[in-house]
Amino acid sequence: MALSDKDRIFTNLYGLQPWSLHAARRRGAWDNTAALIAKGRDWIIEEVKNSGLRGRGGAGFPTGLKWSFMPKQSDGRPHYLVVNADESEPGTCKDRDIIRHDPHLLIEGCLLAGFAMGANTGYIYIRGEYYNESVVLEAAIREAYEAGLLGRNAARSGWDFDLHVHRGAGAYICGEETALIESLEGKKGMPRLKPPFPAAVGLYGCPTTVNNVETIAVVPAILRRGAAWFASFGRPKNHGTKIFCIQGHVNRPCNVEEEMSIPLRELIERHAGGVRGGWDNLLAVIPGGSSTPLIPKHICDDVLMDFDALRDVKSGLGTAGVIVMDKSTDIIKAIARLSKFYKHESCGQCTPCREGMGWVWRVMERMVEGRAEIEEIDVLEEVTRRIEGHTICALADGGVWPVQGLIRHFRPLMEERIAAYRARHGSPQPALPMAAE
Amino acid sequence: MSGGSGASPENGGGIGATQAADEAERHQPAHFAFDEESERRIPGILARYPETRKASAVIPLLWLVQEQMRRQTGSAWVPKAAMDVVAARLGMPPIRVYEVATFYFMFNTRPIGRHHLQVCGTTPCMLRGAEEVARACRDATGIKAYGETSADGMFTLSEVECLGACVNAPVLQVDLDYYEDLDYESTVRLIEALRRGERPRPGSVIGRQASAPEGERTTLLDVPGE
Repeated sequence: MALSDKDRIFTNLYGLQPWSLHAARRRGAWDNTAALIAKGRDWIIEEVKNSGLRGRGGAGFPTGLKWSFMPKQSDGRPHYLVVNADESEPGTCKDRDIIRHDPHLLIEGCLLAGFAMGANTGYIYIRGEYYNESVVLEAAIREAYEAGLLGRNAARSGWDFDLHVHRGAGAYICGEETALIESLEGKKGMPRLKPPFPAAVGLYGCPTTVNNVETIAVVPAILRRGAAWFASFGRPKNHGTKIFCIQGHVNRPCNVEEEMSIPLRELIERHAGGVRGGWDNLLAVIPGGSSTPLIPKHICDDVLMDFDALRDVKSGLGTAGVIVMDKSTDIIKAIARLSKFYKHESCGQCTPCREGMGWVWRVMERMVEGRAEIEEIDVLEEVTRRIEGHTICALADGGVWPVQGLIRHFRPLMEERIAAYRARHGSPQPALPMAAE
Repeated sequence: MSGGSGASPENGGGIGATQAADEAERHQPAHFAFDEESERRIPGILARYPETRKASAVIPLLWLVQEQMRRQTGSAWVPKAAMDVVAARLGMPPIRVYEVATFYFMFNTRPIGRHHLQVCGTTPCMLRGAEEVARACRDATGIKAYGETSADGMFTLSEVECLGACVNAPVLQVDLDYYEDLDYESTVRLIEALRRGERPRPGSVIGRQASAPEGERTTLLDVPGE
């Protein structure tokens, strides 16, 4: 079941070798890229579709399909490729490794993707905190220009392609594709209403596709080795290899590229040295970055790590940031800290999010203490349902899902906490109603 | 972004925000001009964007300001006079630049210490001991709470949200460098080194190879290349 090294795309994930063009070429990058481009736009998009690649930024939308939304012919407006390197979902640190250790996989992917969508210009939007990573990326892009792999007649393909790095300055919301576009245009990162979708009206009002770093970086390998090779990993509709970030209460936290649909338990035990104190010491796992609801141990026992298996247990693969929590964890506090994150990162545009994220956080802080009424758990749950789906972007959804997951699986613990508080202090103040919360 | 600048008080409302604004006002220089090094970099930045879309360069130019302030004053921040210079340079109304400078968390809109200690406090780091890192920062600098600067002006302490290095948690970002796999003692040692004017090598403080697991690797044992 486990993936073998010969099938790994990110062979320099850990930076054991140099990131340079010379070293990347020896690992197989930039090998006759022009021949791939010579097969044409339709062939590239068809291969990506057939590979089953789904976006690696969290939503899991089929990549080839997304590319096919770009106009076939330009109406005079330029097309843009924008790469989302604003990796900020708590629990996620995979794109960082691609950028700092194998930037040429990303750069070559940009040329191929740019050609496939008729874009002569690409921007890589990297989060501001990844300063050292952006230095490597810019140096790698310079190398590519000097070697004729970017710019006029890039890689002798006949296609002109310019690629630029744009470094942000600290805002989780800019990982949302339309907020990212706003930010790239020089504004506050506030998401746009869709439609129109970026493929019709994106950067500077022009057709634009925004893709995650990992999504773009696997494209050269798919085109070289074939859609069937990539599709041979994972279950139907959940194909390919995937970088997992395994962290929290494991013995040996790490990033690792594995086959999609690997069992969660195998992933943790094979690569991360197992749960601290053994598998039976596991309490719960947040399987795909902070926005995905936690799953308790009994689900972790046999769940598979892919989009559909995790959706079936009311969670998600998200960005594949696997946050492991053992029995020593105060799980209410762990989730409350995520609520604080979303409150901090709300852009403030939509009322349910601007007001709701702060409200949810404050109630969650009381839940940590147990300073609440049992009925307030229901009120909290109800409010999260009123927030979910009522905002322009998915930040608020991602903000309330962890709370819903907590209530779904750990309600008895929350009630116990409230009872314990009451036993110590008597009835809490303030009680219902909570309008002034 | 309800938080405002990186060094602003935790919950930025009411009296605290007013005090912060007053203090920032006291420190505001009357003038700002890009120095030679910044000017040298501006044409390359502007060339990335279409001629008619110069506003795209607002974040890059604000970064130039903050880095120039670090060079010139030892405090990496963006004064209001500099925002006006950026606005004029890009043909933007000044308010649009103020909006950007205050929306993005990494721009400091008031002076900070020589080193900015940014403790990642989000759940993945919290699970691995971020609170111990924060305690070490307080103990080693004498700072009592997030947002404060040490009496000697050497350090400003902030809590930041997920830095995206979660398999190397807990993480402390010092200025623009990440220090990873920290605990209380190694954080204190790091801060003492910074105080001595040293700059320890960024990355894992326990010698891990980036995001690889500690000890024997389970993958990438058989890779062609160098």
